[in-house]
Amino acid sequence: MKRKLICIACPVGCHLTAEAVEGGNIEVEGNRCPRGKAYAVNELTDPKRMVTGVVRCDSPAVPFLPVRTSEAITMKLIAPLLAELRKVEIHCPVAAGDVLIRDFRKSGVDVVASRAVGK
Amino acid sequence: MKTLEYDVAVIGAGAAGLATAKVTSAAGYRTLVIDREDFSGGVLLQCIHNGFGLHHFKQELTGPEYAGKLESEARESGADFQLSTTVIDLKPQPDGRKLLIALSPSEGVFQIYARSVMLAMGCRERNRGNIGIPGTRPAGVYTAGLAQRLINMSGLLPGKSAVIVGSGDIGLIMARRLSWSGIPVKAVVEIRPFPSGLNRNIVQCLNDFDIPLYLSHTVSRINGADRVESVEISPLVNGVPDETAAFTIECDTVLLSVGLIPENELSKKCGVAINATTGGPLTDAWRMTGVDGVFAGGNVLHVHDLADFASDEAALAGMRICDYLAGRRPGREDAVTTGANLRYVTPNRYIPGEDIQFFMRSMVVDDNAVLLAELNGVEIMRKKLRNVAPPEMISVNIDGKLTQSGGELRFSLLTGGDK
Repeated sequence: MKRKLICIACPVGCHLTAEAVEGGNIEVEGNRCPRGKAYAVNELTDPKRMVTGVVRCDSPAVPFLPVRTSEAITMKLIAPLLAELRKVEIHCPVAAGDVLIRDFRKSGVDVVASRAVGK
Repeated sequence: MKTLEYDVAVIGAGAAGLATAKVTSAAGYRTLVIDREDFSGGVLLQCIHNGFGLHHFKQELTGPEYAGKLESEARESGADFQLSTTVIDLKPQPDGRKLLIALSPSEGVFQIYARSVMLAMGCRERNRGNIGIPGTRPAGVYTAGLAQRLINMSGLLPGKSAVIVGSGDIGLIMARRLSWSGIPVKAVVEIRPFPSGLNRNIVQCLNDFDIPLYLSHTVSRINGADRVESVEISPLVNGVPDETAAFTIECDTVLLSVGLIPENELSKKCGVAINATTGGPLTDAWRMTGVDGVFAGGNVLHVHDLADFASDEAALAGMRICDYLAGRRPGREDAVTTGANLRYVTPNRYIPGEDIQFFMRSMVVDDNAVLLAELNGVEIMRKKLRNVAPPEMISVNIDGKLTQSGGELRFSLLTGGDK
């Protein structure tokens, strides 16, 4: 069955069609670059998204620290990840890029700070 | 009273101001960046999502990361910062300097004399009053940016279930943010027949959460006594709400993502003339306003859809501030005019024979348009544009070799049969 997709790899937003064909391959049309094909294959097999959020921080000036995943994470793990972020409290100082959660549930994806907060 | 003296005073430490400060301080001009917030970064600090920096840094960053990089660059170049400080007045002096009257909790009232000023105050959100939604006036109606600040910086949730008015990127990003925060978004309502935000945000902020997008619909009424209880949504027929086809959605929160207004109260105070279409200052080719030595860039000049473009534009203005301080002036400048299918072009003048970058906004949606530049009615450049739409700003560089003869430079957008 053909699936219609809009690529989210960059702001152009190509309209793609993707179809699983015999032999386990996935045929992609409408992409203008290789990232579009990779996106479509992922969407049909294991869709992934970047996740950004905030966690509690013990700085009075910055009570909530913005964080992001180190790369896109499988959508199945987003709800558990958001639940985990609600429990985390960070002790400052922290630098942008500091790893706060390493290899979340063996996904290979870390959660990193996206802002520096001083003592 | 404390008095400071600088070559450049940059008002606003956001995506625009920080980029200007980097350029002027790196060139050796003593630069002071002033911001009313306790931290530099402006609205970027609350934009915790990714998608910033692809143009300016060639790297995908979150808003705080992007702000952090800009701030480091400005500080490393030697710019000084005066935070928690509001500029309340800006007065050109007889000797050509500008006097800024500033206010901060630690200093009280103080003054800054600057040889040049960069206006980089950004913009503010349109609110319910600007679009006139009928109904009662209960609590629970927020601008999208206010709700974003509450959730991302104060850790406060604005309500329990929401309807978002307007499908601009801020509204779409907030739809995802609310969903991830446990607040169901019942609908996004867009008055235009097409979404205002990027396709990628429709996918990852609405479709991923099965949030319905009602195009050509409007919120015709907000109901509720103390708190929002529901909204009434009507389809638009020939631009008029058809209330016979109206339906009601229960929610306790309404987020408004209905456009931005450049914040130019201070600019007007010092005599800067404003362009009625953009809401920002009229500028020459150097992005200098009508007041000598006062420049503008970023969202205070016109509303950008990408922070990167605001930074790029403000950096260009920074280079011209350096020229200005070195005693150079633009010299001959000719008019830039707006032709078919374009809402505006900025800057409003150009220097014949000199390379220049223009930003402009389309009035139409077309996936295969042509941008045409004409000098005195003669075509000098034509550029294919794959996706034009009002929400997506068009940026174009014009080679100085093409404009040596001078005259009226006119941009227009050819669509469909015009080509």
